[in-house]
Amino acid sequence: MKQMTRKATRHVNQNEGLIFEKSSPGKAAWKLPPLDVPEVDTAELLGASERKDLGNMPEVSEIEIIRHFTRLSTWNYAIDLGMYPLGSCTMKYNPRVNEVVARLEGIANGHPYQPEKISQGALRIIQTLSDCLLEITGMDAITLQPAAGAHGELTGLLMVRAYHQAKGNPRKKILIPDSAHGTNPATAAMVGYSVENLKSNERGMVEVSALEAQMNEDVAALMLTNPNTLGVFEQEIHKIAEILHAKGGLLYMDGANMNALVGKVRPGDFGVDVMHLNLHKTFSTPHGGGGPGSGPVAVKEPLEPFLPKPVVVLKGDGTLGFEYNRPQSVGRVRSFYGNFGMFVRALAYILANGPDGLRQTTEDAVLNANYIRKGLEGVYDLPYATPSMHEVVFSDKVQAKKGVKTMDIAKRLIDYGFHPYTTAFPLIVPGALMIEPTESEGKEEMDLFIEAMKSIAQEVEEDPQTVLDAPHTTRVSRLDETAAARKPVLRWRPRQG
Amino acid sequence: MRYLPKSPADRKAILEAIGAGSIDDLFAPIPAQYRLNRDLKVPRQMAESEIVDWFRQRSKESGLEYTSFLGAGAYMHYRPVIIDALISRGEFLTAYTPYQAEISQGTLQAIFEFQTMICELTGMEVANASMYDGSTAAAEAAMMAVRVTGRNSVVIAKSVHPEYREVLATYAQNQGLPVATAGYAETGRLNLREVEQAITADTACVLIQSPNFFGTVEDVAAIAEVAHKNGALLVVSIAEAVSLGIVEPPREADIVAMEAQSFGVPLGFGGPYCGVIATREKFVRQMPGRLVGQTTDRNGKRGFVLTLATREQHIRREKATSNICTNQALVALMVNIFMNVYGKVGLRELAKQNLAKTAYAAEQFGKHAEVLFARAPRFNEFAVRTTEDPYVINSRLLGHKLVGGLPLKKFYPELGNAALWCCTEMTTRSAIDTAVGLLAESEAEEPSGEHVVEEVAR
Repeated sequence: MKQMTRKATRHVNQNEGLIFEKSSPGKAAWKLPPLDVPEVDTAELLGASERKDLGNMPEVSEIEIIRHFTRLSTWNYAIDLGMYPLGSCTMKYNPRVNEVVARLEGIANGHPYQPEKISQGALRIIQTLSDCLLEITGMDAITLQPAAGAHGELTGLLMVRAYHQAKGNPRKKILIPDSAHGTNPATAAMVGYSVENLKSNERGMVEVSALEAQMNEDVAALMLTNPNTLGVFEQEIHKIAEILHAKGGLLYMDGANMNALVGKVRPGDFGVDVMHLNLHKTFSTPHGGGGPGSGPVAVKEPLEPFLPKPVVVLKGDGTLGFEYNRPQSVGRVRSFYGNFGMFVRALAYILANGPDGLRQTTEDAVLNANYIRKGLEGVYDLPYATPSMHEVVFSDKVQAKKGVKTMDIAKRLIDYGFHPYTTAFPLIVPGALMIEPTESEGKEEMDLFIEAMKSIAQEVEEDPQTVLDAPHTTRVSRLDETAAARKPVLRWRPRQG
Repeated sequence: MRYLPKSPADRKAILEAIGAGSIDDLFAPIPAQYRLNRDLKVPRQMAESEIVDWFRQRSKESGLEYTSFLGAGAYMHYRPVIIDALISRGEFLTAYTPYQAEISQGTLQAIFEFQTMICELTGMEVANASMYDGSTAAAEAAMMAVRVTGRNSVVIAKSVHPEYREVLATYAQNQGLPVATAGYAETGRLNLREVEQAITADTACVLIQSPNFFGTVEDVAAIAEVAHKNGALLVVSIAEAVSLGIVEPPREADIVAMEAQSFGVPLGFGGPYCGVIATREKFVRQMPGRLVGQTTDRNGKRGFVLTLATREQHIRREKATSNICTNQALVALMVNIFMNVYGKVGLRELAKQNLAKTAYAAEQFGKHAEVLFARAPRFNEFAVRTTEDPYVINSRLLGHKLVGGLPLKKFYPELGNAALWCCTEMTTRSAIDTAVGLLAESEAEEPSGEHVVEEVAR
């Protein structure tokens, strides 16, 4: 490291084996209360179905479990430690009050089948969040049932299909821009549609004339991310919607990048017919190392009959309840009502912000992305000069001449105390560096990031090997992913003999 | 806004640095006619204390202080306090998917241990890092069986959770995947003759649940034989994970699709929960969802990475095994910690308490009403048929702060006035006795038919 980074210093962390390596018979972290009913003869009750042995399940004490997971936790990077500039992932602050209210007893322990009469609080949370999300998106109706963004896409496209089917023809294909997230084509395939690629123009946007040429009555919908994965707002969105609607097609919006729009513009106002949101991106619910997410789907009026069931309704007696009698519904996409715990957190976030906070949040997110762009322009290649919204995409074109790729730069960033940006995506930018700072970064943290990225660019010029061998400061160096995939070891096994 | 770390002076400095006159300049790419020039109509900005108060009020309106006999895919078990203590660590809570392995070893090793324990408990060879929930895991398992066998239809037991069956129907509807249903016998177990009749040369799998929706433990070996004889796979869904402490796992299955909510995950009005798929090593490349594998770094040190990603959507796009992109990592971590707390001995003892409470309750209910499916082994649920409408009984129980069993007529009209009751280690003998007493009140006399049937359960 040329100038030692101001962001991070090496420090000792604890070694820790697998929990199974700590296990020995007789240790325990549990204690059950005395049984207040007669003991039973398990052999008599279960016969041949009785289990005799739990194999290699661990036997450990409570302090060992605490140390085990605390030690493991220190090996993770997290938003709580610093900037997490993953493009399209919207790694923003996860407010702690969200966690507190989600654990209030009635909210945490409500059974999904308990009577509606004693579930009015939970139903009101669902209703209030739904109303807020409809206002934010400018749409007419919503389901909170999908468990994640990709699950929302599935739900949305099922509704698209049902809508066309009700008109007599489900149609054959979905148009997807070449800049799209991989879930879009995977989802289209799951709903029985073929996928047709739509090329972006030199500004990184949908080429309207190409869309016009490709649009016909076989096209069920266009799946569009807006702002797209380059962080660029589709300026001709109204024309795009018109072209689709003229031939009876629908405009699906992937709301992954909604953090650029909340309080400033509403998809329902610019022609979107169906869209999903990611509560774990825009609405601050924690990523938790890969989930749980939540992917509500909002639609315009004509698609309302097709929402998954049940939907929450206000009943004649003024109470809230579930409506199951929905003959045109696409059905159920998940048991119960979705990831309710995430609704609680998202609503707490909306209440903490209010209209002014939501708008300021969006403005800060866009301001931050443009600050990073300004700071790194000229240092890294900017393949599209189109104005950035909430994220900016550079390429490794300059550094690749020295044999250093985007992944190498990303790994070196770890040594400077940052999580890497998104690498090698979107696919239309070879060697992409996709950076989304979110609103959660202050000027100081961004200045450190810019400084780190500039320092790495300098290292690429002077000492590329340092970057190629990065990271140097982590517990483990680069891991052999090829070996992991060739001969997969997917579980621990006790040593023989 | 208290979450935003910039002063007005910072914002001004940044605007100057990027050469923008005002923040509106940055939103210029949005066509003017679509820009929102008013406040969103959402509640005003609230103080933290107000937010806590608002939700505390909702908590009071959400069944607080009621004792419940509901199970049916969502189970009330005790959650050791160290679960929340550990998952609240920001390094777990606020980390992303562990794509950058060097700074994600904590999450990765935890998932590797999770996969191992799921294998130990289910009798399978490999398990994934989790799915959305038990219902989607079952549907994805059926689609996986289609890929493995190259066959194109599914036979599902009617005793699989009705909502799981609905989800499968939703997933299957556009994949040209006919789904046939096989009923249950008088014992509550799957009717093998109906399976034999439904199975064809195009059946990819037979999908059952054990313990099934009625709490009855299926004869998995016998069902496996029928499925395998016909070249189909056996997929076993497990909705009540605690059963694995005392009920023999479905070792004869080809795929296990599990809901692990019982292992330390709050009921939370239905989610988030933790689905898992486990299977045989030979099928791993057709498995959906994330997988963590062991490998070494450049110095030969043990480490863990996400692996076999070529199955997944970000590489394969429309040819992926599934569109699934997230897992339920933090919920899987709860499950993981729970499995460690109870471990090899505790899980069995815990399951035994569930068994004992349920056996006691079934015996007591049996004195006043008909306990169905009594001839086959069960775990912690049982169906009770009364002469009185179960909604009326539940209405009476509710007055005593008790939530009675789930009336089954919505899903199984042929069972008449039957309801599905569940007891766990949390259910006290006195709650059971009170519930039995309240149920017995009407069963002793002729139903008068004058009761106002309140809609008190779905």
